[in-house]
Amino acid sequence: MKNLRRRGQEFFLTLPSFFWLSLFFLIPTALVFILAFRPADPFGGIGRGWTTATIKGLADPQYLAIAWRTLWVSFLSTAFCLLLAVPTAYAVARAPERRRNLLLMLVIVPFWTSFLIRVFAWKSILHPEGLIKKALVFCGLVDPSSQLLYNLGAVILVTVYTFLPFAILPIYAAAEKFDYRLLEAARDLGARPFQAFRKVFLPGIRQALVTAVLVVFIPSLGSYIVPDIVGGPGSEMLGNKIAQRVFVDRNLPLAGGLSIVLILAVLAPLLGVLALQGKKARIQPPEGGGKP
Amino acid sequence: MKRSRFPFIVTGLVLVFFYLPILILVVDSFNASRFGGAWRGFSIKWYVRLFHEPAIWTAARNTLVIALIVTFVSLLLGTTSALALHRFSKSRFQRVHYTLIYTPLVVPEILMGISLLMAFVAAGVKLGMGTIILAHVTFCISYVALVVLGRLQDFDFTVVEAARDLGATGWTATRRVLLPMLAPGLAAAGLIAFTLSVDDFVITFFVAGPGSTTLPIRVYSMIKHGATPLINALSTLLLALTFTTVLVSQRLSKSGALEGGQ
Repeated sequence: MKNLRRRGQEFFLTLPSFFWLSLFFLIPTALVFILAFRPADPFGGIGRGWTTATIKGLADPQYLAIAWRTLWVSFLSTAFCLLLAVPTAYAVARAPERRRNLLLMLVIVPFWTSFLIRVFAWKSILHPEGLIKKALVFCGLVDPSSQLLYNLGAVILVTVYTFLPFAILPIYAAAEKFDYRLLEAARDLGARPFQAFRKVFLPGIRQALVTAVLVVFIPSLGSYIVPDIVGGPGSEMLGNKIAQRVFVDRNLPLAGGLSIVLILAVLAPLLGVLALQGKKARIQPPEGGGKP
Repeated sequence: MKRSRFPFIVTGLVLVFFYLPILILVVDSFNASRFGGAWRGFSIKWYVRLFHEPAIWTAARNTLVIALIVTFVSLLLGTTSALALHRFSKSRFQRVHYTLIYTPLVVPEILMGISLLMAFVAAGVKLGMGTIILAHVTFCISYVALVVLGRLQDFDFTVVEAARDLGATGWTATRRVLLPMLAPGLAAAGLIAFTLSVDDFVITFFVAGPGSTTLPIRVYSMIKHGATPLINALSTLLLALTFTTVLVSQRLSKSGALEGGQ
């Protein structure tokens, strides 16, 4: 009897979110896979019948180049984010407590700030009339006619800017719990500072590094605002193509086909990490959210 | 033992990197010049101009209405979800539930946007404020559920048991003991949902229809059409709002931490 009541309670507490996410997350995601095999109708909707033309059309060299570029931009952005996030997280974790709270706060604020505004801020300073351009020309570092905006470099720079806080936070969470006596022990045993850092500290926070890679790499694969605002025609990514198919020529099936490519690109690193961790241990909860 | 100064130097540079663009934007919003880069004196004319822009007011109202509804609904759904995940953590069904809550967090926004758009188009739903609210609740549930779940894990459930032993019914114990003690966590989760809803551009852009322009969509079209000084002013106002929100939420989480520790 008590068991039955418990079952009932579980059912009523789970039902609302389960139902909602099934209806507005699972089914729509499945729909992307189905609608990609439907023809587009001339009014921007979805036609009748079935076709594989859209999926075959994805082999177009134009799309292959863009998929490849998307992978590269995401890879480089992730690498730069890690290079900056590890020393920063380490420094914040080792700062005296009062300064640590202030530093942490300074890292969190951009995390909360509007994405669009942060991208726009860069557009206005990289602009030909903007401050950075003027400063660089003044120092003789760049040619007055050079363009800082609308290229791949700008896309990577701004991607790093927008995702860096996401990389710092999980690494900080692990660095804060790290037992730094281990580093001292390594030093006492004759390791050079960098050697101790690389062989003791980095393996100690490995889980957090994986989390940081995922939280930067996966959203940058889906980047759309950054290349749209600071990128040019030569730096378009998959996200831009999906948006163009939706907003410019309203071809939803083709947008769906491109989304499938993106979903596969997102799943690959995720499954890779799961497979690696599955071998190690299943007990460890994923960082960032507590597993019940 | 001497520590390397390298990490501290990197941290300094990272903070400059974080704040310099924002600072320039704020300073530029008070610049009388139409273009940034050259200072032509202090002025608040862009704020005055912004104030007289009716489209901004409509967008702000839409944003606020959407965010308030989204916060309420996602708090409700996210909290029940967290309670289920916590209380029945050994059930196999909850493992599926947890995966369902967790997955939207790792899906790029654009995918959620396009899939929701397709679902709405396929179902013949008219795009507008309603579809924006449905979409926002969908991504807010996960954040609320995980924040509240984090709180529940630090929660001392013996207090609820004590209430039950003293004769409170399950519902009374929930209402008089569990919810008040969970309040700071709920407030933090609500703030997150509210901020996410106010800030969201990508998903909103996909599921918005005529007459449902929100502030981020307005800002985007201003960026695209080059109304730079006005965006600077609007951005500064939004930044001020964000900073206040962060300060308030830090306060909330601090008082929450104290309660949990006692």
